[in-house]
Amino acid sequence: MTEITIEMVLKRAEADAQTYGYYLTPDPNLLQGLLEGLKVNEERYGYPSCPCRLASGKFEYDRDIICPCDYRDPDVAEFGACYCRLYVSKDVFEGKKELPTVPERRPLEKQSRAYMATSTSKAETAVGQTTVTVKAAEKEIAETKPKLWYCKQCGYVVFRDEPPYICPICKAKREMFAEIKTRIDFVG
Amino acid sequence: MPFSKVSGTNNAHKVVVYALSTCVWCKMTKQFLKDSNVEFEYIDVDLCEESEKARIREELQNKSGGLSYPTTIVDDKIVIVGFRKDKLKEALGI
Repeated sequence: MTEITIEMVLKRAEADAQTYGYYLTPDPNLLQGLLEGLKVNEERYGYPSCPCRLASGKFEYDRDIICPCDYRDPDVAEFGACYCRLYVSKDVFEGKKELPTVPERRPLEKQSRAYMATSTSKAETAVGQTTVTVKAAEKEIAETKPKLWYCKQCGYVVFRDEPPYICPICKAKREMFAEIKTRIDFVG
Repeated sequence: MPFSKVSGTNNAHKVVVYALSTCVWCKMTKQFLKDSNVEFEYIDVDLCEESEKARIREELQNKSGGLSYPTTIVDDKIVIVGFRKDKLKEALGI
Protein backbone atom coordinates (compact mmCIF):
# COMPACT_ATOMS: atom_id res chain seq x y z
CA MET A 1 0.00 0.00 0.00
CA THR A 2 1.29 3.44 -0.83
CA GLU A 3 2.03 5.68 2.10
CA ILE A 4 -0.54 8.38 2.76
CA THR A 5 0.98 11.83 3.11
CA ILE A 6 -0.48 15.14 4.25
CA GLU A 7 0.22 16.48 0.76
CA MET A 8 -1.96 13.77 -0.78
CA VAL A 9 -4.81 14.53 1.61
CA LEU A 10 -4.44 18.25 0.90
CA LYS A 11 -4.31 17.81 -2.89
CA ARG A 12 -7.48 15.72 -2.84
CA ALA A 13 -9.30 18.27 -0.70
CA GLU A 14 -8.16 21.15 -2.90
CA ALA A 15 -9.24 19.38 -6.08
CA ASP A 16 -12.62 18.55 -4.56
CA ALA A 17 -13.13 22.11 -3.31
CA GLN A 18 -12.38 23.47 -6.74
CA THR A 19 -14.70 21.08 -8.53
CA TYR A 20 -17.61 21.60 -6.17
CA GLY A 21 -17.27 25.34 -5.52
CA TYR A 22 -15.95 25.27 -1.96
CA TYR A 23 -12.87 26.74 -0.29
CA LEU A 24 -10.60 25.16 2.28
CA THR A 25 -10.59 26.67 5.74
CA PRO A 26 -8.34 29.77 5.69
CA ASP A 27 -6.62 29.22 9.07
CA PRO A 28 -3.42 27.25 8.28
CA ASN A 29 -3.14 25.63 11.74
CA LEU A 30 -6.74 24.51 11.66
CA LEU A 31 -6.30 23.18 8.13
CA GLN A 32 -3.19 21.25 9.13
CA GLY A 33 -4.98 19.74 12.12
CA LEU A 34 -7.94 18.65 10.00
CA LEU A 35 -5.71 17.09 7.34
CA GLU A 36 -3.75 15.18 10.00
CA GLY A 37 -6.99 13.79 11.40
CA LEU A 38 -8.11 12.68 7.95
CA LYS A 39 -4.73 11.04 7.34
CA VAL A 40 -4.93 9.07 10.60
CA ASN A 41 -8.45 7.90 9.78
CA GLU A 42 -7.45 6.82 6.28
CA GLU A 43 -4.55 4.82 7.71
CA ARG A 44 -6.77 3.36 10.41
CA TYR A 45 -9.91 2.52 8.45
CA GLY A 46 -8.80 2.56 4.82
CA TYR A 47 -10.95 5.61 4.04
CA PRO A 48 -10.75 9.24 5.19
CA SER A 49 -13.74 9.44 7.51
CA CYS A 50 -14.52 12.74 9.21
CA PRO A 51 -11.87 13.47 11.87
CA CYS A 52 -14.49 15.09 14.10
CA ARG A 53 -16.88 12.15 14.17
CA LEU A 54 -16.51 8.68 15.62
CA ALA A 55 -16.27 6.10 12.82
CA SER A 56 -17.30 2.47 13.21
CA GLY A 57 -14.60 1.08 10.94
CA LYS A 58 -17.31 -0.56 8.85
CA PHE A 59 -17.55 1.03 5.43
CA GLU A 60 -21.30 0.64 5.09
CA TYR A 61 -21.90 2.37 8.40
CA ASP A 62 -19.36 5.15 7.79
CA ARG A 63 -20.17 5.83 4.16
CA ASP A 64 -22.04 9.09 4.91
CA ILE A 65 -19.13 10.56 6.91
CA ILE A 66 -16.31 9.82 4.47
CA CYS A 67 -14.85 13.20 3.56
CA PRO A 68 -16.41 15.02 1.78
CA CYS A 69 -19.36 13.88 3.87
CA ASP A 70 -23.01 13.77 2.82
CA TYR A 71 -23.74 16.72 5.09
CA ARG A 72 -21.29 19.16 3.52
CA ASP A 73 -23.68 20.62 0.96
CA PRO A 74 -26.53 21.48 3.34
CA ASP A 75 -24.10 22.65 6.06
CA VAL A 76 -22.12 25.01 3.81
CA ALA A 77 -25.36 26.28 2.28
CA GLU A 78 -26.90 26.94 5.71
CA PHE A 79 -23.93 27.89 7.90
CA GLY A 80 -21.01 28.67 5.57
CA ALA A 81 -18.92 25.66 6.61
CA CYS A 82 -19.14 21.90 6.92
CA TYR A 83 -19.29 20.17 10.33
CA CYS A 84 -15.50 19.93 10.87
CA ARG A 85 -15.02 23.23 9.00
CA LEU A 86 -12.55 21.90 6.43
CA TYR A 87 -14.76 23.18 3.63
CA VAL A 88 -16.10 26.72 3.82
CA SER A 89 -18.05 29.12 1.61
CA LYS A 90 -16.42 31.94 -0.36
CA ASP A 91 -17.58 34.53 2.19
CA VAL A 92 -15.97 32.67 5.07
CA PHE A 93 -12.79 32.10 3.07
CA GLU A 94 -12.52 35.80 2.26
CA GLY A 95 -13.18 36.76 5.87
CA LYS A 96 -16.47 38.50 5.09
CA LYS A 97 -18.21 36.08 7.36
CA GLU A 98 -16.83 34.57 10.58
CA LEU A 99 -16.07 30.87 10.74
CA PRO A 100 -19.37 29.52 12.10
CA THR A 101 -20.09 26.82 14.66
CA VAL A 102 -21.90 24.03 12.87
CA PRO A 103 -24.29 21.75 14.75
CA GLU A 104 -24.29 18.02 14.02
CA ARG A 105 -26.78 17.26 11.27
CA ARG A 106 -26.07 13.53 11.06
CA PRO A 107 -29.00 11.63 12.59
CA LEU A 108 -28.29 10.19 16.06
CA GLU A 109 -29.26 6.70 14.84
CA LYS A 110 -26.40 6.81 12.35
CA GLN A 111 -23.98 8.18 14.93
CA SER A 112 -24.91 5.32 17.26
CA ARG A 113 -23.65 2.71 14.82
CA ALA A 114 -20.05 3.57 15.66
CA TYR A 115 -20.56 2.29 19.19
CA MET A 116 -21.63 -1.21 18.30
CA ALA A 117 -20.50 -2.02 14.79
CA THR A 118 -17.74 -4.47 15.49
CA SER A 119 -19.18 -6.07 18.59
CA THR A 120 -22.94 -6.11 18.45
CA SER A 121 -23.24 -9.02 20.84
CA LYS A 122 -21.01 -7.35 23.41
CA ALA A 123 -22.92 -4.11 23.10
CA GLU A 124 -26.17 -6.00 23.56
CA THR A 125 -25.10 -7.52 26.81
CA ALA A 126 -23.66 -4.27 28.04
CA VAL A 127 -26.63 -2.12 27.15
CA GLY A 128 -29.99 -3.78 26.64
CA GLN A 129 -31.64 -1.08 24.60
CA THR A 130 -28.92 -0.88 21.94
CA THR A 131 -30.43 -3.88 20.18
CA VAL A 132 -33.40 -1.79 19.15
CA THR A 133 -31.14 0.98 17.88
CA VAL A 134 -29.08 -1.42 15.76
CA LYS A 135 -32.23 -2.59 14.02
CA ALA A 136 -33.43 0.98 13.54
CA ALA A 137 -30.05 1.93 12.07
CA GLU A 138 -30.06 -1.01 9.69
CA LYS A 139 -33.56 -0.19 8.54
CA GLU A 140 -32.59 3.39 7.88
CA ILE A 141 -29.75 2.48 5.53
CA ALA A 142 -32.27 1.07 3.10
CA GLU A 143 -34.46 4.14 3.38
CA THR A 144 -32.38 6.93 1.87
CA LYS A 145 -34.28 8.68 -0.88
CA PRO A 146 -32.04 10.08 -3.58
CA LYS A 147 -33.62 11.95 -6.47
CA LEU A 148 -32.59 12.90 -9.98
CA TRP A 149 -31.49 16.52 -10.40
CA TYR A 150 -30.47 18.35 -13.56
CA CYS A 151 -28.58 21.57 -14.14
CA LYS A 152 -30.77 23.96 -16.09
CA GLN A 153 -27.67 25.64 -17.50
CA CYS A 154 -25.70 22.70 -18.93
CA GLY A 155 -27.87 19.63 -18.52
CA TYR A 156 -25.63 17.79 -16.03
CA VAL A 157 -27.64 15.11 -14.22
CA VAL A 158 -26.97 13.79 -10.74
CA PHE A 159 -28.69 11.22 -8.49
CA ARG A 160 -28.51 12.25 -4.82
CA ASP A 161 -30.63 13.44 -1.88
CA GLU A 162 -30.17 17.15 -2.58
CA PRO A 163 -28.81 19.23 -5.46
CA PRO A 164 -25.06 19.90 -5.36
CA TYR A 165 -23.62 23.16 -3.97
CA ILE A 166 -22.68 24.20 -7.49
CA CYS A 167 -22.73 22.37 -10.82
CA PRO A 168 -19.38 20.53 -11.04
CA ILE A 169 -19.43 20.91 -14.82
CA CYS A 170 -20.47 24.50 -15.61
CA LYS A 171 -20.24 25.95 -12.04
CA ALA A 172 -23.84 27.16 -12.11
CA LYS A 173 -25.29 27.93 -8.68
CA ARG A 174 -27.31 25.41 -6.72
CA GLU A 175 -30.50 27.30 -7.55
CA MET A 176 -30.04 26.28 -11.19
CA PHE A 177 -30.80 22.66 -10.31
CA ALA A 178 -34.28 21.25 -10.72
CA GLU A 179 -35.62 17.85 -9.82
CA ILE A 180 -36.42 15.48 -12.64
CA LYS A 181 -39.82 14.02 -12.04
CA THR A 182 -39.91 10.85 -14.06
CA ARG A 183 -43.11 9.31 -15.25
CA ILE A 184 -43.29 6.00 -16.96
CA ASP A 185 -46.34 5.27 -19.06
CA PHE A 186 -47.05 1.81 -20.32
CA VAL A 187 -48.91 1.89 -23.56
CA GLY A 188 -50.24 -1.40 -24.78
CA MET B 1 -9.14 2.89 28.56
CA PRO B 2 -9.63 5.04 31.64
CA PHE B 3 -9.88 8.81 31.68
CA SER B 4 -6.54 10.59 31.52
CA LYS B 5 -5.97 13.28 34.06
CA VAL B 6 -4.26 16.61 33.43
CA SER B 7 -3.26 18.46 36.57
CA GLY B 8 -3.63 22.18 36.95
CA THR B 9 -3.72 24.85 39.61
CA ASN B 10 -7.19 25.88 38.52
CA ASN B 11 -9.01 22.96 40.13
CA ALA B 12 -12.19 24.46 41.59
CA HIS B 13 -14.39 22.63 39.06
CA LYS B 14 -14.74 19.06 37.91
CA VAL B 15 -14.05 19.17 34.18
CA VAL B 16 -14.49 16.17 31.90
CA VAL B 17 -13.79 16.26 28.16
CA TYR B 18 -15.11 13.58 25.79
CA ALA B 19 -12.83 13.75 22.77
CA LEU B 20 -11.51 12.03 19.65
CA SER B 21 -7.77 11.71 19.10
CA THR B 22 -8.21 12.69 15.43
CA CYS B 23 -10.28 15.80 16.09
CA VAL B 24 -8.55 19.15 15.85
CA TRP B 25 -11.29 20.94 17.81
CA CYS B 26 -10.86 18.42 20.63
CA LYS B 27 -7.13 19.11 20.61
CA MET B 28 -7.79 22.85 20.80
CA THR B 29 -10.14 22.34 23.74
CA LYS B 30 -7.54 20.30 25.64
CA GLN B 31 -4.83 22.82 24.80
CA PHE B 32 -6.98 25.75 25.90
CA LEU B 33 -7.64 24.07 29.26
CA LYS B 34 -3.94 23.29 29.68
CA ASP B 35 -2.93 26.84 28.80
CA SER B 36 -5.47 28.12 31.31
CA ASN B 37 -4.04 25.80 33.97
CA VAL B 38 -7.39 24.06 34.41
CA GLU B 39 -7.35 20.59 35.96
CA PHE B 40 -9.39 18.22 33.81
CA GLU B 41 -9.99 14.64 32.74
CA TYR B 42 -10.40 13.52 29.16
CA ILE B 43 -11.04 10.40 27.17
CA ASP B 44 -10.26 9.82 23.48
CA VAL B 45 -13.25 7.68 22.59
CA ASP B 46 -11.88 6.49 19.23
CA LEU B 47 -8.99 4.80 21.05
CA CYS B 48 -11.24 2.92 23.49
CA GLU B 49 -12.10 -0.77 23.41
CA GLU B 50 -15.37 -1.63 21.67
CA SER B 51 -16.99 -2.77 24.90
CA GLU B 52 -16.09 0.53 26.53
CA LYS B 53 -17.52 2.56 23.66
CA ALA B 54 -21.02 1.25 24.41
CA ARG B 55 -20.69 2.33 28.02
CA ILE B 56 -19.30 5.75 27.09
CA ARG B 57 -22.09 6.25 24.61
CA GLU B 58 -24.67 5.70 27.37
CA GLU B 59 -22.85 8.05 29.68
CA LEU B 60 -22.32 10.80 27.12
CA GLN B 61 -25.81 10.62 25.70
CA ASN B 62 -27.40 10.69 29.15
CA LYS B 63 -25.34 13.64 30.24
CA SER B 64 -25.33 15.74 27.07
CA GLY B 65 -28.22 14.46 24.97
CA GLY B 66 -25.91 13.90 22.00
CA LEU B 67 -22.75 12.20 20.81
CA SER B 68 -20.69 15.12 19.53
CA TYR B 69 -17.01 15.79 20.12
CA PRO B 70 -15.62 17.55 21.96
CA THR B 71 -18.21 17.61 24.72
CA THR B 72 -17.00 19.25 27.91
CA ILE B 73 -18.96 18.70 31.10
CA VAL B 74 -18.35 21.03 34.03
CA ASP B 75 -19.39 19.95 37.53
CA ASP B 76 -21.69 17.27 36.06
CA LYS B 77 -24.17 19.91 34.97
CA ILE B 78 -22.86 22.42 32.43
CA VAL B 79 -22.58 20.83 28.98
CA ILE B 80 -20.46 22.54 26.32
CA VAL B 81 -20.55 20.99 22.86
CA GLY B 82 -17.70 21.93 20.53
CA PHE B 83 -14.68 24.13 21.21
CA ARG B 84 -16.42 27.16 22.68
CA LYS B 85 -13.83 29.36 24.34
CA ASP B 86 -16.50 31.84 25.47
CA LYS B 87 -18.61 29.17 27.14
CA LEU B 88 -15.60 27.45 28.72
CA LYS B 89 -14.41 30.75 30.17
CA GLU B 90 -17.84 31.52 31.53
CA ALA B 91 -18.35 28.09 33.08
CA LEU B 92 -14.87 27.99 34.63
CA GLY B 93 -14.65 31.63 35.63
CA ILE B 94 -11.36 32.17 33.79
